[in-house]
Amino acid sequence: MSLSPEQVKQVARLARLSLPADKVEPYARQLSNILDMVGQLSNARTDEVQPMAHPLDMVQRLRPDAVTEDNRREDFQAIAPAVENGLYLVPKVIE
Amino acid sequence: MSLHELSLRALAEGLRAKKFSSVELTRHYLDRIAAHDKALNSYVTVTAERALAQAAAADAALARGQGGPLTGIPLAQKDIFCTKGVRTACGSKMLDKFIAPYDATIVEKLHDPAGGAGMVMLGKVNMDEFAMGSSNETSWYGPVKNPWDLSRVPGGSSGGSVASVAAGLAPVATATDTGGSIRQPASLTNLTGIKPTYGRVSRYGMIAFASSLDQAGVVARSAEDAAAVLQAMSGYDPRDSTSVERPIDDYLGGLAAPLQGLRIGLPKEYFAEGLDPGARTCIEAAVKVYQSLGATVREVSLPNAPLSVPTYYVVAPAEASSNLARFDGVRYGHRAEGATSLNDLYERSRGEGFGAEVQRRIMIGTYVLSHGYYDAYYLKAQKVRRLIYEDFRRAFAEVDLVLGPTAQSVAFKLGDKTDDPVAMYLNDIYTIAANLAGIPAMSLPCGFVGGLPVGMQLMGNFFEEGRMLNAAHQFQLATDFHRQWPKGFAS
Repeated sequence: MSLSPEQVKQVARLARLSLPADKVEPYARQLSNILDMVGQLSNARTDEVQPMAHPLDMVQRLRPDAVTEDNRREDFQAIAPAVENGLYLVPKVIE
Repeated sequence: MSLHELSLRALAEGLRAKKFSSVELTRHYLDRIAAHDKALNSYVTVTAERALAQAAAADAALARGQGGPLTGIPLAQKDIFCTKGVRTACGSKMLDKFIAPYDATIVEKLHDPAGGAGMVMLGKVNMDEFAMGSSNETSWYGPVKNPWDLSRVPGGSSGGSVASVAAGLAPVATATDTGGSIRQPASLTNLTGIKPTYGRVSRYGMIAFASSLDQAGVVARSAEDAAAVLQAMSGYDPRDSTSVERPIDDYLGGLAAPLQGLRIGLPKEYFAEGLDPGARTCIEAAVKVYQSLGATVREVSLPNAPLSVPTYYVVAPAEASSNLARFDGVRYGHRAEGATSLNDLYERSRGEGFGAEVQRRIMIGTYVLSHGYYDAYYLKAQKVRRLIYEDFRRAFAEVDLVLGPTAQSVAFKLGDKTDDPVAMYLNDIYTIAANLAGIPAMSLPCGFVGGLPVGMQLMGNFFEEGRMLNAAHQFQLATDFHRQWPKGFAS
C-alpha cells in the first residue's frame, strides 16, 4: 500500500497539520513503508473473530449525577496562550 | 557503600537509624545530577528546591515516628505525569511551557506526605515525544545517552527514567509502557522494569498516547525496589474510568516464596530468527537458573505474536490521533503566531508543536480511521488483537509465567535507526503483545554481550504482578547481573 503526496496532503488536512512542502514527499515514503508493514495483517484469518477494543471486559462505570469538581476557570485559563475577560481568544471566525 | 548504591530497603533503614537524613540523601542525588547529567541528558527539569522541602518534611515526619517504608526516599518522575506547578513537557515543544494545573494520581500517591508514600521528587526525566519512540531520540529536549556506552541509546520511550536510575542519579523512577517503553529501556540499561496489568495503576494525569494500551509502572535496580514502589502506585482510582477496583496483592510480602513447581513457558516464536545469538545465550542460561531453582520449563506457542507490531501500528496511532486532537493552540500548549483563521491556527500550531514521529503517527492514525480504510485496517487490527489475546489465554492455561527476550539485541548506536521508522518499530517486537493483551510484563537483567546489558522478559496472567516479581527476585538472589554498574557512574 503506498500513499501518494496528494494523499498525504489530504490526511494532513484532516489531522489539522500544516506540512512544509519539502516534507510531503519524505512523509509519503515513510508512511507508505509503515502501511506496507501493517499490510501483513491482511494474511491473518479473522472471519469469526470479534474485534477487541480494550483489554478489560468492563462497562463504563456510572456515578451519581452530582457536581464533583470545583470551578477552576482561572487556573485553567492561566495556562492558555491567549485569554481576555475570561474568554479564550481565537482568530475571527464570523465575518 | 555510597548512598546511591543502596537498595530502597537499606535507604529506609538508614533513614530510620539516623545514619543519614532525607535532606542529605536528596542533596547527594542533586549533586550527582549536577556532576553527571550533562553527559546523559536524563533530566529535563530538576526540582531541587521542592525536593529539599519534601525531604525536610520527610525528616520531620520520621523524627515523629511517622511515615512509611518509602518516606524520604527520592524518585525521578517521567515527564509524562502531570505535576502541579511544575512544567510537564512530555518531551514535546507543544508542551514546553505547560505548567500542569493538577497532580497525576500516582504523583499524589508517591509524594503526598500524609495520604501518600512521602517520597521526594528529584525532577522530571526525559522521554520520547509523547512517549512515541524506542530510543529517546524523538524528544524535543534531545536524546538521552546510555550510561553503559554514551554513543548508544538508552531505549525508549522511558529513556530518561532508565538512564537516571542506571547511572545512580535517582534510586528509582516512574515510567510508562504503551508498547514496551518500560521494558525495552530497562533491558538496554541493566534495570528491572515492570509494566503492570492494564487498569492496575491509575492513568489520571498521565498524558494520553494510546488509551487502551498505556500503563504506568516503575524502573528500579532490583525486583524488590520495583515491588515497593509499584505497591505504592497501584490501586483503584475513581478518576480513571478504566482503573480496576480490586485489592492490591502484597508484592513485597510475596518475594520470598520458593519457585518450586513454578511452570515457565518459552514461546517458540520469541526464539526464532531475529534474536541476537549473544542475547539468546544469556536467556538460555537464565532458563537454567530457573530450573535449578525448582521451576519446570516447557515450550509454548503464541502463533499470532509475529503480528503484534503491525497490529500495534494501527491501534496505537489510531488512538493517538484521537488523543492528540486536544492540542489546538487555544486552551494550552504551543500556539502559532499571527494565524489568519481558526484552521490556520490549528494547522500551524500543530505543525510547529509536534515533531516528525508524532506527526507520522497522527497521520497513520487519521488514515486508518478514515472512511473507506476503517474496516481494512482498524477493524482488522482489532480482530488480530483478539487473536493475540487468545494466544496468551491458552498459554496461561498451561504455564504460570512466559519467559523470553525483551529486545532483539543490546543497545544500538545513536542515529542508527532514526531515518527508518519501520526498523525503529521492530525494536518492540517482543514487548508489544503484552500491551495488546493487557497482561503484566517485566524485564530484568540476565547477562552482558560485549559489556552491554541483556534483559529477559517475564509475562504473567492478568494481575499476576506478585508472581512475576517473586520470580524476578528469586533470580536476583541467585545472580548478580543486576548489581553491575556502568563504568564512570559507580562512584
